[in-house]
Amino acid sequence: MSAAEVACHAGAAASLRRIRAILRRHGYLIVRSPTRIVSMMYYPTVTMVIWGFLTLYLAPTNNFLRDAPGFFIGAVLLWDLLFRGQLGVSLTFIEEFYARNLGNLFVAPLTLPEYIAGQLTISLVRALIGVGGACLFAFLVFHYSIFSIGLPLAAFFANLVVFGWGIGLAMSGLILRLGMGAEELAWAAVFIIAPISGVYYPIRVLPPWMQGVASAIPSSHVFEGMRAVLIDGTFRWDHFWIACALNVLYVAAGAVLFAWAMRDARNRGTLLQMGE
Amino acid sequence: MLTQAASDSAVVVSDLAKSYGAVEAVKGISFAVRTGTTTALLGGNGAGKTTTLSMLLGVLTPSAGRITVLGEPMPEHRHRVLPRMNFTSPYVDLPKRLTVAQNLAVFADLYGLRRARERIAEVAEDCDLTALLKRSYGSLSAGQRTRVSLAKAVLNEPDVLLLDEPTASLDPDIGDRMRTYLERYQHRSGCTMLLASHHMGEVERMCDDVIMLREGRVVDQGSPQELLARYGRENMEEVFLDVARGRADERVPGGAAVETAA
Repeated sequence: MSAAEVACHAGAAASLRRIRAILRRHGYLIVRSPTRIVSMMYYPTVTMVIWGFLTLYLAPTNNFLRDAPGFFIGAVLLWDLLFRGQLGVSLTFIEEFYARNLGNLFVAPLTLPEYIAGQLTISLVRALIGVGGACLFAFLVFHYSIFSIGLPLAAFFANLVVFGWGIGLAMSGLILRLGMGAEELAWAAVFIIAPISGVYYPIRVLPPWMQGVASAIPSSHVFEGMRAVLIDGTFRWDHFWIACALNVLYVAAGAVLFAWAMRDARNRGTLLQMGE
Repeated sequence: MLTQAASDSAVVVSDLAKSYGAVEAVKGISFAVRTGTTTALLGGNGAGKTTTLSMLLGVLTPSAGRITVLGEPMPEHRHRVLPRMNFTSPYVDLPKRLTVAQNLAVFADLYGLRRARERIAEVAEDCDLTALLKRSYGSLSAGQRTRVSLAKAVLNEPDVLLLDEPTASLDPDIGDRMRTYLERYQHRSGCTMLLASHHMGEVERMCDDVIMLREGRVVDQGSPQELLARYGRENMEEVFLDVARGRADERVPGGAAVETAA
């Protein structure tokens, strides 16, 4: 009997194997490239160091920072979770573009939900590596542990990563539709919402119309929640549930946009031709 | 692993059409590919070969018509059929930073192979890739990459194998090795092959049937011997030129530019 014997074509086990294929494909890439791992940690670590030293400089003259010395460092680490979550999804897709591998993937029995499941898992791994390195550095240099936030950290973490997934899926759809010319969007998308996310300042300082926009994005609720924990020591369930509900909408919208772009690519015949 | 389809044709195409806006790339073509044979899809650039292959693979949605592969309608049931198909093309690449073995391992998982390691060793041996398994795909020569793509294409021992210019850009020696491998592979597995090629020697050597396309239409079909006799030519290169340059009407009594039903 040939070793080409197939374990299964259909069902959950086959589906998990195909998701594993996507994880393997990107896992090999990460493991084979130490520079890639360094680059994942580099940006969050450098940003965190800058905010850490700024805190050290301002804390002696600032009551707020004296009471909550981890405020900026915690904020920058959580913000980077969102960024890494989004970038992980978009870059996983862009890698296939550069490799001209989309045709091979989608003439295999891989479904779009399986591909997305692989993308999201890789994104989580990338976010953990990137922000994990920065967290370790924050502990070593500034004696600040992100875990000092306590259990609410899990809620912030989940909501920010999931919001990043939603944006990442939407960016993947746009890149599929517009081609590599849209690659810059993958890098810039999150920064468009940075000013209204209230990472370093409360939403109430924004002009009223911007506050309205901010209330419609999950990250602003997460950072309001973070401030409530760090300053008042309370967990704001209202912000938590609103962020969760908005995330359901954003991830669904991102997945729908990606699925539409895939259908459109099948109509236009671009899947076999796409590449750098 | 080949199973008997409802008819003796592994691929049946009826009135298949594809338009991009006002441009009609494929204009209602019909043909069948007999199970266990190799059929060539010939035509000049823009004749509709790659468009047709893309529709057969389910990565391009037809504007009209029907495709049945191994008894299943495509693209509606593509996830039932795709595990039993595979494809290779010089225009689709593999990740360059992964090694050959890693690339094959990824596709072994995508195709749900039970004994992936043994199968990778098997195809590596068959395609003369054993010494290259730990090399990154990006470091390989064009000929070596083509062999890797072929190994990927036969990894799941497909019942239907679509080959888009499988020996393009290969030197004659490697091209010949590839053709020999494909012939042996088909003889052993009973696989059905559909080959788009510009290499007429390859077509004469490997193909049982030929489908000639021009401007999105099937203009003739038959075995290479039948076509040579019909056009009164010595080789398929001359037949190809007759069809591509629209001289078929002059050479075939009654005109050849009439679609022949499968």
